[in-house]
Order: sequence, then C-alpha cells, then structure tokens
Amino acid sequence: MTALSATPLLSVRDLRSPFGGPFTFDVHAGECIAIQGPSGAGKSVLLRMLADLDPHDGDALLDGRPASSMSAPDWRAAVVYQAAEPAWWEDTAGAHFADADRAFVDTTLAALGLSAALLDREIERLSTGERQRLALVRSLARRPRVLLLDEPTAALDPDAVARVEMLLRERLAGGMAALIVTHAGEQARRLAQCIFRLEQGKLTRS
Amino acid sequence: MNPIHLGAWDLLAAAILILLDAALSLALGLGLHRQILVAAVRMVAQLTVVGIVLRHVFATSSAAATLAVILFMIAAAAREVATRPKQRLKRQMNYRISAAVVACAGFATVLLALTTAVRPTPWYEPRYAIPLMGIVLGSVLNAASLALDGILDGVVRERARIEARLALGTPFREAIGPLVRNAARRGMIPVANQMSAAGIITLPGIMTGQLLAGMDPIDAVKYQILLMFLLAGASGLASAGAALLAVRALSDDRQRLRVDRLRA
Repeated sequence: MTALSATPLLSVRDLRSPFGGPFTFDVHAGECIAIQGPSGAGKSVLLRMLADLDPHDGDALLDGRPASSMSAPDWRAAVVYQAAEPAWWEDTAGAHFADADRAFVDTTLAALGLSAALLDREIERLSTGERQRLALVRSLARRPRVLLLDEPTAALDPDAVARVEMLLRERLAGGMAALIVTHAGEQARRLAQCIFRLEQGKLTRS
Repeated sequence: MNPIHLGAWDLLAAAILILLDAALSLALGLGLHRQILVAAVRMVAQLTVVGIVLRHVFATSSAAATLAVILFMIAAAAREVATRPKQRLKRQMNYRISAAVVACAGFATVLLALTTAVRPTPWYEPRYAIPLMGIVLGSVLNAASLALDGILDGVVRERARIEARLALGTPFREAIGPLVRNAARRGMIPVANQMSAAGIITLPGIMTGQLLAGMDPIDAVKYQILLMFLLAGASGLASAGAALLAVRALSDDRQRLRVDRLRA
C-alpha cells in the first residue's frame, strides 16, 4: 500500500461487545467483504454493532468520521443493515417507500425480475423470497454508502440469486461498499474481494 | 335527611349472602368457598382498620397524618402498577416509573380539585383530600398499568419492526411512535368508557354512596361530574406518562432499542 491509496470508506477499529470482537478491518468504496462462519459465531452481532444497533466499545468510521460524531439516524441511513428476516411495519410493501423513490423502485424491481404489482399486495401474501428481494429494494432506496446484508439470498432460487448479485455488483461499481453474511461459499467467491471467517467471536481472513 | 345508620345486626343479615355463596360453591363443586370466606373476612378487617384510621385522622385534621395516609395510598398504587405487567425492567425501573407517574398524576389532579372546585378549609382537610386521592388513584392505577404493560409487552412483540425502521435511519421517536400511541390509548380507554356509561348503565360508586348517605341527587351528580373530569385528567396524565417514561427507559443516547434492559 502506498501513501496515495484512498482512505477507506468504512474503517472498523477495535469494535467489540461481550458477544464478539474485537474487530478491526477496512472496507473501501466498491469493495465487498463476505463473512462466513458457523451459526451463533457472532456474524449478526458484528453487523448490528456496525449499524450501531447494539451497545459496543471501539469505533467505526465513515470517510474518516467516527460514528460517535454523527447522529445515530444519519449513521444508520448511510450504513444500512438488513436483517436475515426483514420486518415490515405497514400493510403493503409499497407503503414502505417514499413517493420520491418511485422511479428508483420501479427500475430496481424490474432488475430483480419482480412485478410492480407486488407493491400493493399485503405483506402476508408475499412469498419469503419476494419479501427478501423487496427488503433489498427498500435498503437500496436509502442510497446507503455501506450495505450490511445478513443472508440476503437464503430463500431464493438460482435465477433470482443471479439477479440479486448482478444488482449488487452494479451498486458496488457505483461506489457502494458491502458486507455480506452468507452460508454459500460460491456466492462469497462470486461477489467478494475478501472473505472473512468468523468463529467464536474472532475474525480471520481466509 | 339523615343517613340511616347501620348496626352490627344489619351487616350480619347481609353476611348471610356470603354464606349463600359458600354454600353454592360447595353444592356445585366450584372449590371457591374457602377463597370467598377468606376474602370476606379480609375485606371486613381491611375496611375496619381504614375506618378507624380515617376517623382518627379526620378528628385531628392534622396535615402530617393526612400526608402520611396519602403517601401510603400512593405507594400501594405504585406497587400494583409496577407488578401488573408480565415484563419487568432492570434496576427496579418498573417501580421508579410507577412511583413517579402515580404520584404526579394523583397530586396534580387532587391539588387542582382542592384549590379550585372543592376549596375546604384548611385546603388539605383530610375528609376531602383522602377520598379524592383514593378515587383518583383507582383510575391512575388502571391507566398507568395498562400503558406500562402496553409498552413493555409491545416492545418485545414489535422489536423486529422497530429495529427494521431504526436500521434504515428512522429516528427513534418516529420508529417507536405507533407503539407509544397504542399504549397510551389503551390506558385512556377505560375512563372514556366509564364516562359514557355513567348514569345509564352504572350508577357510579361515589354517587351511589352519597345517595345512600342522604345527599340530594343533583348535588351528588355535580360531585360525580367533577370526579369524572378529575379521573379523565388523571388517566390521561398517567397513561401518557407511563408510556413515555417506559420508552425512555428502553432507549439510549444512540437511539437504540434496548430490549436488553428487560429482565429475561
């Protein structure tokens, strides 16, 4: 690395809680990091700490600015966390989007091969896979700088997985960074420049 | 018109009804006779003690004794509010929130009544202050415990939804808003129902008491209207206060939802 290398988009410094860590690593713009490891190893703990949803020590920095210097909602709008089973609080998926995002939502749905009619259907009547992809659209509509994804394609068939990965690659090329927790080793190799293994709360580069 | 005084024999005649209940329980195998008899004895003992204490406090008209009785009532109501919800906050926060809400809502409405509508001399006259506080605390207890339970229970049930909103950068106030409104509404519904049913479906307890004690119906009604307004105000303060304080205890300076502050 030379002195000219860009500052990382996301720097993680000694991030830790009683449930995992300390974690220290950098993610650059356009980069995707995959995190693998057995269930209960603390993968979600790491993502939740990065999104500042759980109390922790240490710090995370966006463009060199520590999270503690930003308001929590500003930080979470820039570093968006998507849970493995995304929750919905309105009756339809469409009600979760701002009117200003309409065009973005339509093109993104099309890219995922989803019909815009799904937006008006009640959440309970959508399949798990449809909900999971709609949640991805919801996360991307926030235009995050960093996207934290927990098993985003667990309920999808191979064709749908390919579309999701294509969409993510497009956003990464646009300068977004991503951390993706996935059980699928294939997916990790396809998407990520760097694969971490998380075991018993400790992160190692594999 | 003077109230008709009750003698011991009058009460014993009514006590036959308790024996009837016990007999029914035995005959139908309800298994309730013991419970009913114990509850009846308890009720008689409790009320007798209250009567003796109040007669003493009323006779002395002492400010200190009045305050002591009122603080005891507030403590009992706060304890009931704190222990009703299934979920408990750590660090005794259930008790601290309940004590704050019950004391504030109770004092605010009773002091208002004593200084504006009722105006006895002295203003703390126990014959007015104590029964007013008693009836207000009954409503406060109901409202605060419903609202507190609504938040503590709702936060566990709605956790994923609230956190999904937080994770997208929604401010905590906005993400928790629906739950707070729901809980506060739950606390205020009983008094709204009570007001609309008053006089038609039920004769409110205090009015019944005053009618039996010989008061003119219009005067009794005026008292009842005053009390209903007090109860409505106290219920609103108690349910909003309990909901907001509980939500504050479940959040932190980074606008997180701290479900870990509930005892497992």
